[in-house]
Amino acid sequence: MAAELHVELVAADRQVWSGEARLVVARTASGDIGVMPGHQPLLSVLESGPVTIRTSDGGTVVAAVHGGFISFADNKLSLLAEIAELADEIDVQRAERAFERARSEADDSAERRADVRLRAATATR
Amino acid sequence: MGAQLRVYKRRIRSVTATKKITKAMEMIAASRVVKAQRKVAASTPYATELTRAVTAVGTGSNTKHPLTTEAESATRAAVLLLTSDRGLAGAFNSNAIKAAERLTARLEAEGKGVDTYIVGRRGIAHYNFRERTISHSWTGFTDEPSYADAKQIAGPLIEAIEMDTAEGGVDELHIVYTEFVSMMTQTAVDGRLLPLSLEDVATESSAADTPSKGEVRPLYEFEPSAEDVLDALLPRYVESRIYNALLQSAASKHAATRRAMKSATDNAGELINTLSRLANAARQAEITQEISEIVGGASALADATAGSDK
Repeated sequence: MAAELHVELVAADRQVWSGEARLVVARTASGDIGVMPGHQPLLSVLESGPVTIRTSDGGTVVAAVHGGFISFADNKLSLLAEIAELADEIDVQRAERAFERARSEADDSAERRADVRLRAATATR
Repeated sequence: MGAQLRVYKRRIRSVTATKKITKAMEMIAASRVVKAQRKVAASTPYATELTRAVTAVGTGSNTKHPLTTEAESATRAAVLLLTSDRGLAGAFNSNAIKAAERLTARLEAEGKGVDTYIVGRRGIAHYNFRERTISHSWTGFTDEPSYADAKQIAGPLIEAIEMDTAEGGVDELHIVYTEFVSMMTQTAVDGRLLPLSLEDVATESSAADTPSKGEVRPLYEFEPSAEDVLDALLPRYVESRIYNALLQSAASKHAATRRAMKSATDNAGELINTLSRLANAARQAEITQEISEIVGGASALADATAGSDK
């Protein structure tokens, strides 16, 4: 069994991250799912949530993903998201402001997006 | 200065000013083509992966979905036409509109009613002038479309396709856009987005990532279920196709503008040359006339003085 799987994290307008990984954890419609090399072919709908990628060199990549799909076949994992941001790209202050604003306006989906962003950003720091 | 010469000088000045403007527009368009092309390239990974996923569900399950099954007898079709907000792009918009009209005529010949959806002010103006109905239209983002714009367009279209034909829904969705082939070539193309024919998608994806022939497709595990995945997947697929078409259309528009402005600049240069020659000739004629007037005057004077001396 291969020890690594190839991961492609792509957003609608760009490729966000690609590389080798040992484990990928993502939130699907039916709960969190962890994919390791040699997993059964899988196609599932992603919820908005953080995606954690344990890379083959021992590092961790966290990204905030809003809607999309996870598909795995032939040891190749693709994460398709309409919007995806790596944790280091997220502007924490801006996300906090967005979170406050969404809460005051009772905008549930915006609040959730900002919350996911914040959690992804704080997970690495 | 003579009247003739003054007129030429004025025209040269005005053409020079025009040339400067067209030259600037050409350079702006050239820089935008590169940017637009980069955006097309950046959106390709997503489209490729999405196509692969759609193929996987389509071939890996026996699910019937309104978006993939062909209606027994389609009676209404939607045509989405992508044009630009601004002109000055040669035949760019008229080619796209012509392609849409050909498609409309073909669909009507097949006995289908056609609902037209238009992106871009040029297309809207064309249809409004002919007093044809437009089901839905969008403007304001054709130069630099974003994914949110594609989503906004896909919304009403998907709604229409999911509705019953009796209630004003449509059975088919066609798209007309300008494909960006190269810097010099852009062609208006039409294609059917829905219902999805999975063979088309399969050939498209195999062209994109060339799996070995005869390879067994992996048996996927769908979560929560194949239907739910397909339900979520197909609208995204439509959005991504529309997004891609928007980007290609934008790149094509900039390339067409660049070309149109380049020929306008060249024409202005030629015109300036011709006018300069005419102005030179007029100046020369003026000088010649002046000299002959002076010489004539002098000799008349000389004749007169010679006569009085006698």
